[in-house]
Amino acid sequence: MDTLIAQLQRQFRDYTISLYHQGFLDDQFTELKKLQDECSPDFVAEVVTLFFEDCEKLISNMARALDQAGNVDFKLVGSSVHQLKGSSSSVGAKRVKGLCITLKECCDSQNYEGCVRCLQQVDIEYKTLKAKLQDLFNLEQQIVQAGGRIPQVDI
Amino acid sequence: MGMAAESQFHVLAVDDSLFDRKLIERLLQKSSCQVTTVDSGSKALEFLGLRQGIDSNDPNALSTAPVNHQVVEVNLIITDYCMPGMTGYDLLKKVKESSAFRDIPVVIMSSENVPARISRCLEEGAEEFFLKPVRLADLNKLKPHMMKTKLKNQKLEEIETTSKVENGVPTAVVEPEIKDSTQVEIEILPLQEDLLLIKEEEQTLSTNNKRKSVEEGISTDRARPRFDGIATAV
Repeated sequence: MDTLIAQLQRQFRDYTISLYHQGFLDDQFTELKKLQDECSPDFVAEVVTLFFEDCEKLISNMARALDQAGNVDFKLVGSSVHQLKGSSSSVGAKRVKGLCITLKECCDSQNYEGCVRCLQQVDIEYKTLKAKLQDLFNLEQQIVQAGGRIPQVDI
Repeated sequence: MGMAAESQFHVLAVDDSLFDRKLIERLLQKSSCQVTTVDSGSKALEFLGLRQGIDSNDPNALSTAPVNHQVVEVNLIITDYCMPGMTGYDLLKKVKESSAFRDIPVVIMSSENVPARISRCLEEGAEEFFLKPVRLADLNKLKPHMMKTKLKNQKLEEIETTSKVENGVPTAVVEPEIKDSTQVEIEILPLQEDLLLIKEEEQTLSTNNKRKSVEEGISTDRARPRFDGIATAV
């Protein structure tokens, strides 16, 4: 007879593991969790939020630059994707980081079609991750509200 | 300048990215450091008290700083390499060129693994070069470096206090120009032994690039032979 808390905790554990196994997150995300404690209980949520804000801003900048067909500022695209690559790497957003690397290559070779395609993928990917992490945080909240502890998940 | 010395290390972190500042701040706090973050090299220099236009080699420069400017003790500067305006490398150079602050260890961070960049920074006097994302384990390497400045500053305080007592009149802070050889062992021994060595030895305030003299004696962090029993040049 599983208690509600035990069920939620199991869900949380399974979901977390799946995110890693499916390549959404990597061990840098684990490092971030290590930095969260009583002094900074919302650290991961705060950083993740900052990251998604970065995504929105930088992707919008790049889209605008790519919109100037025939007069694309590839330098701007390059520096934006460099920033995004950096923050996705620091947050453990594995798939987003991978796409940024591809986008950077397209940008370096001034491959317009490639850039447009890749940017679209980056956009989809960060939104997917955002939804998944929201689900994860919701699970955490449910556990806490039910009076339980959020389990430590070893990947 | 109280005798109650702070036991925490104070680190100045420099990065133009808000995201990265938040991360490095948390990493440092988790490593029990006091942190000040700034978003540019020029703000970092301002914080240290080195302002543009003031000749950092001018011995009178310190005395022209405002009297009410509290002496900020910084035990380490950690800076991003790629920043608009003043890069981390430029900041490193300015710090190392300053007579007042050249002994503050500087660490460079970068998201790019460019060997030429890394060796240039190390040659210019950076203590470490970290690839981003920086992790807790990386910061553990910094304790020995920060310990050096902390103990040196405490020693300066002791000297000042002693001379005040002796003369009976307030004296200026004396920065001892000790020309002894650098004790290179400090760089590579484990922390516990570091404390003993540092307490006993006096540090060089040489005008030479400290990293260069270290490298002449031993190889860099990446391959660290023990420097046992070899007499350093006097």
